[in-house]
Amino acid sequence: MTSLYDEVQTPTDGVPTRRVTMTVNGEKRTVDVEPRLLLAHLLRQGMQLTGTHVGCDTTSCGACTVLFDGRPVKSCTMLAVQADGHDVETVEGMSSASELHPVQEGFKQEHGLQCGYCTPGMMLTSKALLERNPDPSEDDIRWALSGNLCRCTGYQNIVKSVLWAAEKMRAERGEDA
Amino acid sequence: MYPNRFDYESPTTVEEAIAILDRSGGEAKVLSGGQSLIPMLKLRFAAPATIVDINNIPGLDYHHVDDEGNLHIGALCRHVDLEESTTLADTHPTLAAAAELVADPIVRTRGTFVGSVCHADPQGDWAATMLAQGGYVVAQGPNGRRRIDMGDFVLGPFVTALAYNEMAVEAVIPGASGTPRGSYLKLERRVGDFATASVAVSLDMDGDVIRKAGCALAGVGGRTIDANDAISCLVGKTLTEDSIDQASDAVAAVAEPRTDHRGSDAYKRHIVQTFVKRILTNLARTEQKAA
Repeated sequence: MTSLYDEVQTPTDGVPTRRVTMTVNGEKRTVDVEPRLLLAHLLRQGMQLTGTHVGCDTTSCGACTVLFDGRPVKSCTMLAVQADGHDVETVEGMSSASELHPVQEGFKQEHGLQCGYCTPGMMLTSKALLERNPDPSEDDIRWALSGNLCRCTGYQNIVKSVLWAAEKMRAERGEDA
Repeated sequence: MYPNRFDYESPTTVEEAIAILDRSGGEAKVLSGGQSLIPMLKLRFAAPATIVDINNIPGLDYHHVDDEGNLHIGALCRHVDLEESTTLADTHPTLAAAAELVADPIVRTRGTFVGSVCHADPQGDWAATMLAQGGYVVAQGPNGRRRIDMGDFVLGPFVTALAYNEMAVEAVIPGASGTPRGSYLKLERRVGDFATASVAVSLDMDGDVIRKAGCALAGVGGRTIDANDAISCLVGKTLTEDSIDQASDAVAAVAEPRTDHRGSDAYKRHIVQTFVKRILTNLARTEQKAA
């Protein structure tokens, strides 16, 4: 079975591609893409970074959220060519080989996921929130995550997970000492 | 879902972008934040031959207030820039109230004010705030710039007065000559949904007397509803229970809601009336506290 990605990326005579260079999870990547290729599909099929999930495909659910120059964007609603010269972070870039990011740890500790489909988007939006606001209230968190839909958890444990991560990150910086 | 094939252009100056639009003969579309255009391309409601991505043009991401109090919003000013603005609430409170209600937080990091206005969705939040405050769009084409008042800018759903070789380079929203007061309320089923009904109210106050009043509605008609005449009954008055009742009834009367899955026409009209009343009552309370 050929995927949409194959269909779009298989060179056809006369279809121009563009060479773009972007930083993905800290690594410089240069790729040739057809302009209509979506960023979500470049990440998933072109770079095998399948942690970025495509949910609604209509800019509603936030499952495909990645960090674009540090701010959350819906990667199903951006062209891959638009990432030229920019910095993209996916869920694969959150942890190191030996250590989870505090947000990931929080989701584990507080059971912030059930099926896991929305989780990468939830965690990246949360990470961006905590970088701008290290001590968010429950309302701040609910507000920041209002563009990410979850159909399992009822959000309660997701909010707890982010609060857990915020506390851990503050403790690591010695702020709660 | 995939867009149709298109030629992709990423100019680095406005002049270059206009030259591409001019050459395309009407088959090109400007891409700014893309939060409406890309979904439309994917659904193939739109299939332009050329996409002119303006995101690489430097110097368009500004918003600032000039010496006369007019707010200028550049073509690449994102919703989040307005949401995080520390001065907007003082000079343009209606816009500040709307900024955090546009779409959802993730869409707001990418989508632009001017792009949203040019998308001309009858349910768009920004178009209503523009209309309530006498805002206008500055369009630039091969022969220079012209000003298009918001009332003349939208010709119909998703259709604007921009010529094929013109680009909207900025939006301008006049400031108040007295004290600016106003707000924006929106009823949505969930964050990011289209508005069931929303109301923009903008007042220019001289002490506790209303010098100018503006109002526009979204979600309750096939276009953004201009309720400026309806709310003009407030001019020269103070905010009292009577004047507020009169204004909210007058505004509700000009709504053109239709029954759909979001509610009946009577329900939506009731929401409009309630929102006008709520906004004005809250403003009256603020005035009382300040006095």
